Amino acid sequence: MRRNFLRHLAISLSVVAGLMAANTQAFAAEIRVLNWQGYGTDEAWALEMFKKKTGISVVHDYFNSEQEMLTKLRTNPGAYDVVLINSAFTGQAAKEGLIQVIDTSGMKNVGDLSPNMRNDASLVQGGKTYGVAWVWGVTSFAVDTGDFKTIPDSIEVLWDPANAGRVGWRDDAVEAVQFAAIATGQNINNPADFASIRAKLRALKPQIRTFWSSEDEWNQFMSANEFDLATYWSGSAARSKTAFNLPVEFVIPKEGAIGWLDGLSIATGAPDTESARAFIDFMIDPAFYVKWDTDVGAPASANAAANAQLPATAFNRTAFKDPARVAKIQFMGPMDDGLREKILELWQETKTYLLD
Amino acid sequence: MAVAHPQATDTAASVTGRSRRTAILALTGPAYLWLALTIFLPLSAMLYYSFLSDVPIGDRTAVLTLENYAAFFEKEFYQTLMWRSFRLGFEVTFYCLVFGFPCAYVLAKTIRGRSREALFLLIILPFWSNALVRIFSWTMVLRGNGVLEHSLNWLIPEFGSLNLMFTYPAIILGLVHSYIPYMILTCYISIEAIDNGVIEAARSLGARRLSVLRRIIIPLAMPGIIAGSILIFVPVVGSFMEPRILGGRQGTFIGTIIEDQFTAVFNWPLGAALSFIMLALVLVVLAIMAPAIKRVT
Repeated sequence: MRRNFLRHLAISLSVVAGLMAANTQAFAAEIRVLNWQGYGTDEAWALEMFKKKTGISVVHDYFNSEQEMLTKLRTNPGAYDVVLINSAFTGQAAKEGLIQVIDTSGMKNVGDLSPNMRNDASLVQGGKTYGVAWVWGVTSFAVDTGDFKTIPDSIEVLWDPANAGRVGWRDDAVEAVQFAAIATGQNINNPADFASIRAKLRALKPQIRTFWSSEDEWNQFMSANEFDLATYWSGSAARSKTAFNLPVEFVIPKEGAIGWLDGLSIATGAPDTESARAFIDFMIDPAFYVKWDTDVGAPASANAAANAQLPATAFNRTAFKDPARVAKIQFMGPMDDGLREKILELWQETKTYLLD
Repeated sequence: MAVAHPQATDTAASVTGRSRRTAILALTGPAYLWLALTIFLPLSAMLYYSFLSDVPIGDRTAVLTLENYAAFFEKEFYQTLMWRSFRLGFEVTFYCLVFGFPCAYVLAKTIRGRSREALFLLIILPFWSNALVRIFSWTMVLRGNGVLEHSLNWLIPEFGSLNLMFTYPAIILGLVHSYIPYMILTCYISIEAIDNGVIEAARSLGARRLSVLRRIIIPLAMPGIIAGSILIFVPVVGSFMEPRILGGRQGTFIGTIIEDQFTAVFNWPLGAALSFIMLALVLVVLAIMAPAIKRVT
């Protein structure tokens, strides 16, 4: 009787141990990614493709602003493996010790990245890679082609009295100030003349219909005709056209636009660095990118080989053809906290002025 | 038993007095400890933050300062927005009272039986859905070409558009819908407790319906009205999600400004300071109301 009991106990213990081992194995092959929602890394087909290839499953957490992303990294160390960081913030994240140096040896697609993006001064510091260049694009505006028979080519169309009450604007202090900086012909990363920016932003009062804060919201407002032209991101405009069939056209105006480069980084204390590296390598693989841009819509890839595989008519191959326009794009650079707080205060003051 | 042994019960009383205190402590202790941990600790941490120059995380250095509080008094737009938030709080509370009180009265005094249960369910039902979902459903109703405009145009041809979305009334509408159950439930409880005999006596002595309402029902229901008003006013003053979604360009309030300090820039100290200024002003409003509240209750 007693021996029997012991044998039962031994069997059940080994079953439990086996289950636990299987569990930890399954757990090890799972990485956590922090990104904007609907921004490539969480495409269901891509995750299936990646799992088939490597056996690694991917779970996501999202942010709605770069500051929220940084706060999440600061307050939850060890919670994330891969994180998407706008290169303008990579330096700050590295300085605060939120992300780790990435060993790019053995990542087969890194060699195909455009050298100027792979070695971007924000992503690679002191010869150490803190972020792998992933995609880049511009922040500008898009118009409803039903309302605009001729596509405008000046940023002033946002301030045109003819478009009063028809403009959608992203409720983001830095972006708002940078738009005004471009319209007033200033450096977007360190504008000298805040007074003219303040005046330019106040002039938006009759123009703005509403603020938007996420791509999903933008699509809803545009399809409900809440606005006819709105500030937007180039990759998102491609998605609105391809995936949501909205009649919109993205404009890179003659005054210039805000350029950005998004990199993928590995968080400090990431539970699974190896899988994180594999995921980043997959994200810059042409096999993923071409399908993403063709079926869904994406910003331009930092991988030259991937861009070259797009159809000749793709937005990302045609939009940046005119060298004079491209030269006018100002890329977002790092900004210190003091300037950022000053910009937020200016924007909040402006929003108070914008109230009826 | 107690009558048969009076002395025994006397000593027992002092023993039970002590053991009762122990029992009360044992029973309520965990709850108070829990409250202290979950409310007091985070709140005092935020109070501490509000006096710092930076968030002390990582290698950031922070010194004690009053700058965050000074910012509120130096920048006029903070004051403008604070006033706007309080106005919103008053208006939402007012509309909740105007629409909620009659509803509570009808529920308590007119309707009986199953239909009352059904109506209660309808009032509480919105509470079971997520607040964000409720507000987003309002956007579907209010937006141009939305449910409301469609039905109005169907009823009245050539009605045109309402342009309600992204306006101040849209925020009021969303907030009143979200908070009115508090008013209905608290008023219901106090109206329910009013003895029908009192109302009948007043009527039989010749009081008009309006004076019955003004001189009997409202004074007797005052505890419910006050409880409901406080439950609504305080959260509405600090609301940020509803104004942001329904208000569009008109959706800037002190609550959204505080939210931005936490999400758009990493300036927790300023966000905390603005929150505590708001809390202080709410307490001032309640303190001003206190004598009036005491008089009627």
